[in-house]
Amino acid sequence: MADLLYQALIGFTQGMIYWLIAAGLTIAFGVLGILNFTHGSLYMFGSYLALTFYQSLGMNFGLAVFLAIASVGGIGFLLERFALRPIYARNLEIQIILLFGIMLIFSDTALLGWGTNLSFPPIPPLLGGTIEIVGRKFPIYYTFLIGAGIAVFFIIRGILEKTWWGRTMRAAASDREMASAIGINIRTLFATSFVFASAIAAFGGALSMPWRICQPSLGTDVIIPAFVVVAVGSLGSLVGALAAAILIGVVTALGTFYVPIMEVIAIYLIMTIVLIIRPQGLFGGRGKA
Amino acid sequence: MNWFRKQLQTQRTRFILLVTLFAVMLALPAFASEYILYMLISILFITLFSLGTNLLLGYTGLLSFGQAAFFGVGAFAAARILLAYPSMPLAILGGMAASALAALVIGLIVVRHTAIYFTMLTLAFGMLFYEGVQKAELLLSYITGVEIPEATVFGGAWGLLDIPRGTIFNLAMDSLVNYYYFTFVIAGIAIFLFYRLVHSPLGLSFQAIRDSESRVAFTGISVRKHRLICFVIAGVFAGLAGAIRTGLLGNVDPLVFHWSTSATPIISSLLGGMYTFTGPIVGAAIYYVIRDFVFRYTFVWQMAVGLVIVALVLGLSGGIVGNFEQKLLPKLRTRFTRDNSQKAGNTIF
Repeated sequence: MADLLYQALIGFTQGMIYWLIAAGLTIAFGVLGILNFTHGSLYMFGSYLALTFYQSLGMNFGLAVFLAIASVGGIGFLLERFALRPIYARNLEIQIILLFGIMLIFSDTALLGWGTNLSFPPIPPLLGGTIEIVGRKFPIYYTFLIGAGIAVFFIIRGILEKTWWGRTMRAAASDREMASAIGINIRTLFATSFVFASAIAAFGGALSMPWRICQPSLGTDVIIPAFVVVAVGSLGSLVGALAAAILIGVVTALGTFYVPIMEVIAIYLIMTIVLIIRPQGLFGGRGKA
Repeated sequence: MNWFRKQLQTQRTRFILLVTLFAVMLALPAFASEYILYMLISILFITLFSLGTNLLLGYTGLLSFGQAAFFGVGAFAAARILLAYPSMPLAILGGMAASALAALVIGLIVVRHTAIYFTMLTLAFGMLFYEGVQKAELLLSYITGVEIPEATVFGGAWGLLDIPRGTIFNLAMDSLVNYYYFTFVIAGIAIFLFYRLVHSPLGLSFQAIRDSESRVAFTGISVRKHRLICFVIAGVFAGLAGAIRTGLLGNVDPLVFHWSTSATPIISSLLGGMYTFTGPIVGAAIYYVIRDFVFRYTFVWQMAVGLVIVALVLGLSGGIVGNFEQKLLPKLRTRFTRDNSQKAGNTIF
């Protein structure tokens, strides 16, 4: 029983990482209506930049994370301005293919910038060490990740519900034309939302930096699970993304405990089952799919 | 002779070009090196792969990022058949049948979705095959309860090696020239059938679905059923391409299931022009040449491919064939023919 609980906690941490990636993807889809293939790459840049600032330049961990977020926010701004803006009016397929192409460019940019070496990033000393949970040692950093993931959820919810900017985002997500008609500047809103989504990706990347190995294929590796998470939780739903991320994380960890092969198969298995029973995803309304 | 004369009169340029291409490709083994033959066979199977994928993308308006699944199923099925019983036609048919079955099963789940959902799900299912094939024996052991040693059926991470090219009835396929002719005939038949398909009522209904789903539904056509048919046909073409690849290379590894394999036909279609018939064919040839060139000179091939995509989408949208037909050709026409009655939009390709 203790083993199971421990496994579930490990899975929960993995779920939080999924959530941190899926959150920005959900916002980019909800407001801009795009499937952001580059989201994983932005996450990867967040990881690598935080690693560079923290390890190579010897900065404070918090500062390194902040700078990584700011830099990736800048990349997001340029991406929206020069790649997305010209194609909003184009076919959906064309938009996706373009973003896919940019993802390939970003992958090799990381390869050129940071090389093929796998980096094993250090855990900041303040968050190092372990605590005792159910008689086992649980890394403090994992609890920090879980806390950060939950905090991000409430911060995004707060922004979307309480601030003017967040409300305009929701307005644009539900009806872009109507929002534009009542005087919301859609162009600016698209730019700011995309920067926001990029920043969340970078935050997730920077925080998960000490948790996983950094490598140039990271961006393409994380984007597929992230797609599965948002599909299972239904596209455009934040609560759905969070729930699906936790579900997939925990079920994968528990499944692996019994059947080792579940580590790679569970996520697809969950996706298939959920989509057969509820094609619109766990939190989607009827006919929304 | 009458038939020839009639063709010459009605569609002259197109007919002459087609016959010339045919003649050149038939005569090629007489003077071309093995490298050229290898390249042409590769282009032929990428062409079939691209045509099938473009049936979804260009004709029906569905972007599938998981066509590698069916390409890989075709490749692995052909490999298993060739290892058991070295007959090339059997391997091709088996590969196509296996991928048709896979496409039917996956299709039943994914065609309920369109647009972004469809793209995400096909990508995910494609990667399921990529992960699954490496652990296939373990998976089969769990399902059947029979202990199957690892990497015995699909070869694990290394895949299957030393696959014979087999025979066609009694003709050995060992020589690349024989295999080239075989591929040439198969691809020719497949391309011809594809041409007939997209000009048939079925093909037209695919295009109608792309243009307006709700109008098609109102005419009494089942949109979902047509999407499924389209998905299965695309899968069969991918499987055929995969089977030809197995024969050419003599090995097959899990990378055939990777998403980068799925990207190949998409980029080819985009390159040539996805709203034209010849687009994916021309695109496949150009894509192969570009990739061959890039691989030779740089290790950052992904960046090169990415830059090509960005340039195509932001600059040359419509692809090479699309631009040729819409922009260059009308100019050539007005310049070289006295009769200007044939205006743009009347496509010859």
